Amino acid sequence: MTNNWVDIKNANVIVVMGGNAAEAHPVGFKWVVEAKARNKATLIVVDPRFNRTAAVADHYLPIRAGSDIAFLGGVINYLLAHDKIQHQYVVNYTNAPYIVKQGFDFSDGLFTGYSSETRAYDTSSWDYELGSDGYVMVDSTLRDPRCVFQLMKKHYARYTPEVVASLTGIPQDKFLKVCEIIASTAPADRTMTSMYALGWTHHSVGTQNIRTMAMIQLLLGNIGLSGGGMNALRGHSNIQGLTDLGLMSNLMPGYLTLPHKEEQDAATYLAHRTPKPLRPGQFNYWSNYSKFYASLMKAVYGGAATAANGYCYDWLPKVNVEYDMLRTFDLMAEGKMNGYFCQGFNPLQAFPYKSKLIRALSNLKFLVVMDPLATETSEFWQNHGKYNDVDPRHINTEVFRLPTTCFAEEDGSLINSSRWLQWHYKGADGPGESRTDIVIMADLFIRIRDKYRKEGGAFPDPILNLDWAYVIPHSPHPSELATELNGRALEDIVDPKTKQTLLHKGQQVDGFFQLRDDGKTACGCWLFAGSWTSKGNQMARRDTSDPSGRGLYSSWAWSWPANRRIMYNRASCDPAGKPWDFNRRLIWWNGSKWVGFDVPDYKPDAAPSQDMGPFIMNAEGVGRLFGRQLLKDGPFPEHYEPFETPLGTNPLHPKVISNPVAKLYSASMELFGKTSDFPYVGTTYRLTELFHYWGKHCRINAVLQPQQFVEISEELAREKGIGNGDPVVVWNRRGQIEAVALVTKRLKPLKVNGRTVYHVGIPIHWGFTGVAKKGYPANALTPFVGDADAGTPEFKAFLVNLRKA
Amino acid sequence: MALQSLDIKRRSATTMPPPSIRKTADVAKLIDISKCIGCKACQAACLEWNDLHEAVGINVGSYQNPPDLTPESWTLMRFSEVEVPRDGTGEPELAWLIRKDGCMHCAEPGCLEACPAPGAIVQYSNGIVDFQEENCIGCGYCITGCPFNIPRISKRDRKAYKCTLCSDRVAVGLEPACIKACPTQALVFGTKDDMKRHAEDRVAELKERGFATAAVYDPSGVGGTHVMYVLQYGDAELYQGLPRNPRVSPMVKLWKGIFKPVSVALMGLAVVVGFLHYVTVGPNEVKEEKAGQPGAPRN
Repeated sequence: MTNNWVDIKNANVIVVMGGNAAEAHPVGFKWVVEAKARNKATLIVVDPRFNRTAAVADHYLPIRAGSDIAFLGGVINYLLAHDKIQHQYVVNYTNAPYIVKQGFDFSDGLFTGYSSETRAYDTSSWDYELGSDGYVMVDSTLRDPRCVFQLMKKHYARYTPEVVASLTGIPQDKFLKVCEIIASTAPADRTMTSMYALGWTHHSVGTQNIRTMAMIQLLLGNIGLSGGGMNALRGHSNIQGLTDLGLMSNLMPGYLTLPHKEEQDAATYLAHRTPKPLRPGQFNYWSNYSKFYASLMKAVYGGAATAANGYCYDWLPKVNVEYDMLRTFDLMAEGKMNGYFCQGFNPLQAFPYKSKLIRALSNLKFLVVMDPLATETSEFWQNHGKYNDVDPRHINTEVFRLPTTCFAEEDGSLINSSRWLQWHYKGADGPGESRTDIVIMADLFIRIRDKYRKEGGAFPDPILNLDWAYVIPHSPHPSELATELNGRALEDIVDPKTKQTLLHKGQQVDGFFQLRDDGKTACGCWLFAGSWTSKGNQMARRDTSDPSGRGLYSSWAWSWPANRRIMYNRASCDPAGKPWDFNRRLIWWNGSKWVGFDVPDYKPDAAPSQDMGPFIMNAEGVGRLFGRQLLKDGPFPEHYEPFETPLGTNPLHPKVISNPVAKLYSASMELFGKTSDFPYVGTTYRLTELFHYWGKHCRINAVLQPQQFVEISEELAREKGIGNGDPVVVWNRRGQIEAVALVTKRLKPLKVNGRTVYHVGIPIHWGFTGVAKKGYPANALTPFVGDADAGTPEFKAFLVNLRKA
Repeated sequence: MALQSLDIKRRSATTMPPPSIRKTADVAKLIDISKCIGCKACQAACLEWNDLHEAVGINVGSYQNPPDLTPESWTLMRFSEVEVPRDGTGEPELAWLIRKDGCMHCAEPGCLEACPAPGAIVQYSNGIVDFQEENCIGCGYCITGCPFNIPRISKRDRKAYKCTLCSDRVAVGLEPACIKACPTQALVFGTKDDMKRHAEDRVAELKERGFATAAVYDPSGVGGTHVMYVLQYGDAELYQGLPRNPRVSPMVKLWKGIFKPVSVALMGLAVVVGFLHYVTVGPNEVKEEKAGQPGAPRN
């Protein structure tokens, strides 16, 4: 979230699209109810299904799964055509006036530079035109035909209300009504919030779905303001912490990135990640990258990391390809990966194309599952009849189950969608032989290190030199890890001007502004610097005071970065430093510095006259309507059909139907179905009663949603002779499931591109473990294709057929 | 002595006058259906707090699980899909109405009226209607007496069960478990007066949003209820089985109103006749051989 859960109550308009907040985030949803009750907010829901959020919405629009960019592109077109944008914001705080390089173009569904052989773009033309001073050329009148504003206007002019209606199935009048409500937040004293989740990410255009709404929010001037923002609702209680700490194959803690194989020395690596400002006077915060990097490596390797060895740069893996989950299982299925450690993760349920996953897991020599529960993944080799029809005699994978405690059985912090690190205390001991994840990992590490010590090995250095200075080495306490993540001084740090000692040796740092690239500080995650300072554990704070009166609660727990509650809050003021809306004021310029209720997301003493942009993490200093080379599938989001499209074409550009750079895997591509065989759009989702694949292990949750079902419209049910409650079979070329048919008015046939499209709604929760009725993984059906940028599979739009069982 | 907030105001099948020197405020639960997202947290909390062990059932083509109230499920989210105009007259729009069903805690409870077992049903001075299962004889008259079809008789112990409005929690100053669990404040709890005011405010806001027929549900046919609804579309019958004008069955009125005095009179008559028989004819005499027979049930 750019903002936080509580702040949703300050919105005037709430758009829930690409998510189902009431269903999947019922507790946080209270702030939507609060906005409606106290702020007279309008709630808009755009979803293929009339869902639990729609049940309390003011406006509900049914949309064809996989056509979100068509809708959002149509909104951009509406805002530009009707001149409903926050002008001062757009001119000063976005790259709308920036001139784009000659050569950049878009035609027939492709941006400049596409190669069909490599399925990739040469992105060199996707950038700005630089002037002789080395800075980007701008046209503040926004009239230059090569400026971002004009190119964007041209790009989205194609998304007329007629085209939107034809691609999404949303009637024009309803679409225009909602456009009008969204446009009502362009004035500086009104804001809209966007709440989204996996309904946007689970597409082959997932990243671009989110970007399109971010562009709308920039045009409306809603980023950085209370009651505005782009608010991603995180699904697991600590999934935010997962990405913050870099548990992805290409990340390190704090969104630092692993080197690529071309970057063989630290200087090259750092040069690539230390951008130069693109406009005069910009803060360009990533220019501090080397400090975050050096401090991280000091935390990992301690004394072994020195300036001379680039802080152990050579020991970092150099990425040749992205090892996202789809590729991992692809490699396993091909027999190229033969051991797998699975911690807090149930991929057999969570990943697409189950029969391929079974094949992949069966190819392993060993599988280790660390989980509090017996999961489908840990029991994948067991025969559960039609629900998991495998023959254990032919599976040689050795499976180790290491039972872990669950969150309530250990001390630690969880990071929620609001970016709050909230410390919690153990409520009970774990049952039986369970141990915390930390203890299991520490024990494993010590045993592996001992083996390297005794027996040597191909590459022992990174293991033998890992800094492991915990009081009890086989059981580091969560507080030791937390203080390490915050960071500390390794030597006395003295202010060169005043000669004052800023930090004593061993003292916890107060924030990332104190981190250094000379090896004098260690910090496990720069974003968490400030969470456990010499004043103690800030994450354990439980002070509910709120001087802002608008729900910032700055003394409750601790929020990254720097305890800032609303990111980009400099944009809540006009260029002169005065809040756009006094009632929403977060920070302001008092004549000598930035002050206010929130921690300024800005250089604290940069006067408005310096013309420093509010988006300090960008080298431009402004928000990007034109995404430059940052995403693989284009600087402007474009509507591409799902890989299994019910239309069989893309009416915008029939030659380029689906995302031309999405992640495809050969053996899975052949199994894509066509609408002639599989006429219905399948879409998967979650239910309140069952949390992912865990809820079904709890008796009460199982009572509340006992058995697998699929949702179909009354019209489709009639056509197929299916009654409510009848058993049905849903299938495609990858697999099949059987479930109870729930016939509902809440799914309507949609008129799309001249034909009728039916959806089949497929909740995901059941499996062959737990106490609910046994069921099939919904991922027996889902396609093995990933978003071009994030690699997220296309769980939300694919093709199926359906019959009465 | 009962806790102050739980002074018994009325007791089934008892003529003894209740204690009346203390006056406690009437409490009420308000269920605002326009704020309900159907998450079933209330249902889960009810099972947890009351330590009930509902069976894992099957799906019968609905989000409603279990499909009906049971002796173990004292509250249930009922889901209905209706097409109805928001303003009462215009174009119908789809609505997914999710109603938390359970005991309404009537001011004039039909169950208590109908119950023949002394003290099996009580009404506390704060308005809560509670079943005292140890006195229940499992006759099922409370079901006949209830205009909302709430009580369920357990097959295991032949006793009737329903929502207690968490009388155990309320007695010590806590809100009912469902209220505590509700994430959206669709469920709120307080004095009946406060809840009525809150409900009226909500109705006014809903009208402002275009729900022209929004209304509070506090039916007078049962003397008002201690569980009230805010109905955004006003018409109770849209909300799966909620009666527009609930009334206690005339059979119960008949049984308690006319039959009961008549039957009491008949019983009295029998006593008088018996006495006269004794006086005029003398006592019944048991023959020796019959009295000595074994196996005659004693109870």
